[in-house]
Amino acid sequence: MRDTLYIPLRPWPTFGVVAALVLLPPAMLLLDLPFYVVFATRVLIYTLIATSLNLLIGYGGMVSFGHAAFVGTGAYTVAMLMPAGIVSAWLLWPASLLAGALFALLIGAVSLRTRGVYFIMITLAFAQMAYYLVLSLHALGSDDGLTLGARPSLGFLDLNGDATFYYAALAILLGALALVRALLNAPLGRALQGIRDNETRMEAIGFATYRLKLVVFVIAGAVAGLGGGLLVSLDRLVGPNLLHWTESGLLMIMVILGGTGRLLGGVLGAAVLLIAQEVIAERTIHWPLGIGVVLLVVVLFAPKGLSAWLPNVSRERSNT
Amino acid sequence: MILVAEQLLNGLQLGLMLFLLAAGLTLVFGIMNMINLAHGSLYMIGAYIAAALIEASGSFLLGIASAIVGTALVGVALEMTLLRRLYRLSHLSQVLATFAVILIANEIVRMIWGSQPILLNMPPALSGPIELGGFRYPAYRLVVIGAGLAVALFLYLLVTRTRAGMWVRAGASDREMAEVMGVDTRALFTVVFAIGAALCAVAGALLGPLLAVQVGMGENILILAFVVISIGGIGSIRGALVGSLLVGVVDTAGRAFLPFLFRKMLPSVIASEAGPAVASMLIYMLMAAVLYFRPSGLFPARS
Repeated sequence: MRDTLYIPLRPWPTFGVVAALVLLPPAMLLLDLPFYVVFATRVLIYTLIATSLNLLIGYGGMVSFGHAAFVGTGAYTVAMLMPAGIVSAWLLWPASLLAGALFALLIGAVSLRTRGVYFIMITLAFAQMAYYLVLSLHALGSDDGLTLGARPSLGFLDLNGDATFYYAALAILLGALALVRALLNAPLGRALQGIRDNETRMEAIGFATYRLKLVVFVIAGAVAGLGGGLLVSLDRLVGPNLLHWTESGLLMIMVILGGTGRLLGGVLGAAVLLIAQEVIAERTIHWPLGIGVVLLVVVLFAPKGLSAWLPNVSRERSNT
Repeated sequence: MILVAEQLLNGLQLGLMLFLLAAGLTLVFGIMNMINLAHGSLYMIGAYIAAALIEASGSFLLGIASAIVGTALVGVALEMTLLRRLYRLSHLSQVLATFAVILIANEIVRMIWGSQPILLNMPPALSGPIELGGFRYPAYRLVVIGAGLAVALFLYLLVTRTRAGMWVRAGASDREMAEVMGVDTRALFTVVFAIGAALCAVAGALLGPLLAVQVGMGENILILAFVVISIGGIGSIRGALVGSLLVGVVDTAGRAFLPFLFRKMLPSVIASEAGPAVASMLIYMLMAAVLYFRPSGLFPARS
């Protein structure tokens, strides 16, 4: 049965995009641009993080301005565990996921009492507390942050090879997207979108709206934590700036740019913003001006975000 | 005791300057339901215009006056060309658009004045300290407090005692009803925006000699202003005043006394880390606590 909220899987376009992504590293090596494999991996990780935030903003109506806190939690978890002798990514990445989830449970339980702009501000408050905590703890390297000697190991695969890491990140991203899609098509996803559109009504029907929102908040925090764990594994470096509010703001901008409440909104927004930044920054030191103009054009001509230009847009969406 | 009085005055000064920013922000939000992240950019532009004209003319008053007029004009231009198109869009689109304005404003300022912070000297007559019943306090800071109090009082009377202020409050509590009753909210909003921009310029120019005038100065104070209006209750001018003073005093006192208190109570290893950390977190703890117990701020403008 096809209904308005169902997110279809379109086999051919999906296959085409995945094939292109798989062929990217060899293509980059052929073009003698190995640096871009690492850049592309970073883009993949940010699309993962932005997708988790889109789950909150776009599908849950929970505009979190503190998402960087979960990314930072995951990243610092990996950076703390590795020197302790745990080097297997099979342990480290789930640990970062778990850390993100736990922190999200803590913050979400308090923040979800508020709504609208107050929710934005209270999530910001907690993220700022986390930022200042990390900044002041010598065990976490204060403002220098932490560095890792090597990337985690993934058993038989050597993540120190940039292309291998790229494929690992790609596999995780595709798996996460499939799970998010399944979640949104499941009753939980339906209820979530109902809460976004009219929380009072959902409550009246008998949904435990607070608990449902908290569950999704924790899931999003977990994915963001995993993203943070991947980021630090890729860069072998983490600093408190990863938790700064501007980072949360940037993630929010990615989601809005891509299109809230569309499965690929976070993916599109993160990819377009990071690539545009890279391209414009190569040409002028005044690149923020270019980015600013691009964002303004998108707001004025595609107020629902870039994914409104993707095919199969039939649904009316309203947010906040 | 003397230290406490001095820090209280510093807190009052920070609070009053925050109020100048928060007042415009909360009214823009309250009346037009618009999230304007570019408010901090107006503060930056005000500071730069003041710095440039004080440098050129040598007169502090002339510099501030032209910063007020110039920034108000920039604000009106921004409102009439761009922001007006955003009112009917969602909050998220407003966030994206005004974030874009921040990026553009920062780069334009960088192109004109460069990346280096500009030094803005305080008027020589005010650069010394003043004897204040047993302790010496910088004269310039006292003037800032005086000016802040005067502007706050003026604004408070304007909003609570005049007809135009009544329209503003009506618009903030129920815009549609105000429109039906004959208030031209469109024109009203342009005026409110101009006043908000002018207040930003006052804060930017007055704080210029105390903080550095530099690109990006608007963003951090913008976050503080948002903290203020969330604590106070969005749309409420009284909430903005109470919130500003709370944040100003708590932040200043926290930074001044917490590290000291922690050193007395905790082992020094922990205290040296925890003191500054908790001092920086204090206003966010305050906001989280206020919102936990009063999810719509201390003085909700809308019921």
